[in-house]
Amino acid sequence: MGWIGETMDSIKSIQIRQLLTQAVSLGMIVTSALIIWKALMCITGSESPVVVVLSGSMEPGFKRGDILFLHMSKDPIRAGEIVVFNVDGREIPIVHRVIKVHERQDGEVDILTKGDNNYGDDRLLYAQGQLWLQRHHIMGRAVGFLPYVGWVTIIMTEKPIIKYILIGALGLLVITSKD
Amino acid sequence: MHSFGYRANALLTFAITILALMCAMASLSDNLNSPSPSAHVQVLNVNWFQKQPNGNDEVSMTMNISADLQSLFTWNTKQVFVFLAAEYETPKNSLNQISLWDGIIPSKEHAKFWIHTSNKYRFIDQGRNLRGKEFNLTMHWHVMPKTGKMFADKIVMPGYRLPEEYR
Repeated sequence: MGWIGETMDSIKSIQIRQLLTQAVSLGMIVTSALIIWKALMCITGSESPVVVVLSGSMEPGFKRGDILFLHMSKDPIRAGEIVVFNVDGREIPIVHRVIKVHERQDGEVDILTKGDNNYGDDRLLYAQGQLWLQRHHIMGRAVGFLPYVGWVTIIMTEKPIIKYILIGALGLLVITSKD
Repeated sequence: MHSFGYRANALLTFAITILALMCAMASLSDNLNSPSPSAHVQVLNVNWFQKQPNGNDEVSMTMNISADLQSLFTWNTKQVFVFLAAEYETPKNSLNQISLWDGIIPSKEHAKFWIHTSNKYRFIDQGRNLRGKEFNLTMHWHVMPKTGKMFADKIVMPGYRLPEEYR
């Protein structure tokens, strides 16, 4: 009896150790992803350093599913730059190009934007009666570009089933893997 | 150790690493190009020049724009966005930039162009400062890469002046 009990104990202890290792490695993956994201936020100074293009209003430059890297610096905003802005009362940020700038002596600035593929300027998209964007509407300016990668997030937000399947499969893989 | 899952994982990781490396190298190779573009703009006519009911000056003009931007194109260039902006200073604003015309150049073959146009966007001041105003016309371009970093530069053409009187 004593011999069997000993064996059982050793098996149990191995399982607990394995379980702990898996939990720790899973935690490491999650935290390192978080660290990278937060570090990017610090470096770029933008609250969302990477955005996915959701509409075709900047075609043929940016298509749906492309991702943009943003940078937010103290540099003044100039015509021609592609900025990401939030309009009061709208949740989804918009990526468009600056076509008019009026900058006052004290640094306050009025900005008008337009999508390259749109016929008219963005005054129709702004809040009712708003003619110009100010500095605080701007979330960042686009500095870099990577095609197609954003499709992953677009598919996952539009078809949540795929997201759950993916998370389930990854979880299963982590639990069943032995190293 | 040599299960299907591990091999698939290793292959996928390797493929993505190589792809990322190639994208980075393609973007870096853009730095080797030192472009020498040229631009010329002629204001042919001031079509009309008036004060809007709300008190802002507005002007409409016809221009001849010619430019050679062929040297901006490299193998990593998807398109070049080019626009012509009027830039001037007023007592109220330290800088005014108003885009008058823009265009998308899809390929090197179209990068040497000549166009006769009136301003595509309205040239409206924030105030009544445009009479006799001296302004720069600046040709800006933004190079959109197939992947990687975006580039921008400009040519400033000074010495344009609006008429002294409304017409």
